[in-house]
Amino acid sequence: MIEVKNLTKYYGDKLAVNDISFTVNDGEILGFLGSNGAGKSTTMNMITGYISSTSGSILVNGIDVLDEPIKAKAQIGYLPELPPLYLDMTVKSYLNFMYDLKKCKLPRKTHLSSICDLCKITDVKNRVIKHLSKGYKQRVGLAQALIGNPPVLILDEPTVGLDPNQIIEIKNLIKNLGRNHTVILSSHILSEIQAVCDRIIIIDKGRVAADDTTFNLSKKISDDHRLVVRIEGSKDEVMYELRKIDGIKYVRAEIEREPGVFEYEMEAMDGTDLRREVNAVTQKNGWVILLMQSKELTLEDIFFKITMGEVFSEKLSKPSEKKNNGGNE
Amino acid sequence: MGAIFRREISSFFTSSIAYVFLAVFYALSGYFFYGTTIYNGITDMSGMFSNMFMVIVILIPILTMKSFSEEKKQKTEQGLLTAPVSLGGIVLGKYFATVVMYIMGISIVFVYGLILSCFGEVQWNSVLANYAALLLLGSAFIAAGILVSSLTENQVVSAVGSFIVIMLLYLIDAAASFINIDFISNILRSLSFYTRYYEFTCGLFNLSSVIFYISAAVIFNFLTIRIFEKRRWS
Repeated sequence: MIEVKNLTKYYGDKLAVNDISFTVNDGEILGFLGSNGAGKSTTMNMITGYISSTSGSILVNGIDVLDEPIKAKAQIGYLPELPPLYLDMTVKSYLNFMYDLKKCKLPRKTHLSSICDLCKITDVKNRVIKHLSKGYKQRVGLAQALIGNPPVLILDEPTVGLDPNQIIEIKNLIKNLGRNHTVILSSHILSEIQAVCDRIIIIDKGRVAADDTTFNLSKKISDDHRLVVRIEGSKDEVMYELRKIDGIKYVRAEIEREPGVFEYEMEAMDGTDLRREVNAVTQKNGWVILLMQSKELTLEDIFFKITMGEVFSEKLSKPSEKKNNGGNE
Repeated sequence: MGAIFRREISSFFTSSIAYVFLAVFYALSGYFFYGTTIYNGITDMSGMFSNMFMVIVILIPILTMKSFSEEKKQKTEQGLLTAPVSLGGIVLGKYFATVVMYIMGISIVFVYGLILSCFGEVQWNSVLANYAALLLLGSAFIAAGILVSSLTENQVVSAVGSFIVIMLLYLIDAAASFINIDFISNILRSLSFYTRYYEFTCGLFNLSSVIFYISAAVIFNFLTIRIFEKRRWS
């Protein structure tokens, strides 16, 4: 379990992390979400004891990181943003070095080979790290974090540099690890966090902007109802008819998906369901609906709404701008 | 500490710094051995030892230049500093690895001694004392070099910086002779790395010099640890 209380970090006069508090329970996978420079890595560096905090406390399984750094560090497996790899070593000798460095007590051979299998680096075991691709390097970095089977894993952007297949593999791996580890991972790729994490903390400008389960967070801001429809028919006529529907906030035509078929995105006022109306309109005019789906709010939208909160509320206060914004979004 | 020590030693050899250091050291010491001992037909090696001072002033920065600079540049220090090891363990692991590397170099003097013993009686006591002096002097300089390398992530800056620091330690004598105030020049003289080393090569085994070199090494290592601590807190 990790308890972070009123954590603050100044770099000189620059406030990097501003009074962050949260708790991560055992076996939970927590996602840190934030744009670059929001304070994700700084927070992680403080939890792992790489840098100290200006004020506030961090307890890892009840051990204070500042009071007993060595004991606390033994609880944590850390994959920094740039994996700490010695480029002139082979994967095998590097993992052996990390094994010794962490004073690991588990049987060396079986432990290391099971980690290699888990991270799928067994086939590059004897290669020099500098010759590996970025994806392999990242996985060696992850393997290094798993040595000693630490109860807490902290992964700073673990999927950077991986191809889509590898991302899926790593996601599954992290999900599996979450069963018996406490995991904190950060990313600015939102779908990733959404797929893996139980809980999400959104960090913006060094503050916690939101802290909730993935499910709740998605639900929270899903009050506006958006619909994506593909209709076969003349674009202008379709637009004209759709705009006449009661309770519609905006309609905009997107690109032509197939010859004569346009995609339209629309949003209803206060969450009214548009699907029947749209169907009725198209039937009346003899058009065909080729696709209709409600536009689910992704974390991207949530993220955008929360981190751009100030900009958003400013715009809302000026109705004329808001209209333009809606149309051109 | 053990893990860092072993990795460091093997990294000296994979990065070929070990070969460069050993080759240059053996070549220069061999040259001085020939020039001062064999050429004169004597079995006293102190002439070679007194010349070795300048050699190690130049060579030790090569040994220490990548110590922490490389770690900083490759971001591997993050791995070390988040591992369950103390800062002292990290710094001393590196320090002793470098000292062992240095010992591999200077132990060549025993080979020279063996060569000489074919031709005549060798004063092994004096060789041992000189060897101890070279070892102690090197240990202090290595600690200074590692301190400089912890301040920069550029290996060239680190090498030049260590060279300057070691030169300054060497030039303490010169500074002492320029200063007319007795009090200050006496202090500077007693801090002299060269005079103390020179005493050894003359056959004087001075325990206070032994303690002086060891204290210097301890202080430089302590400062390196403080630098890491300070960086963590700033």
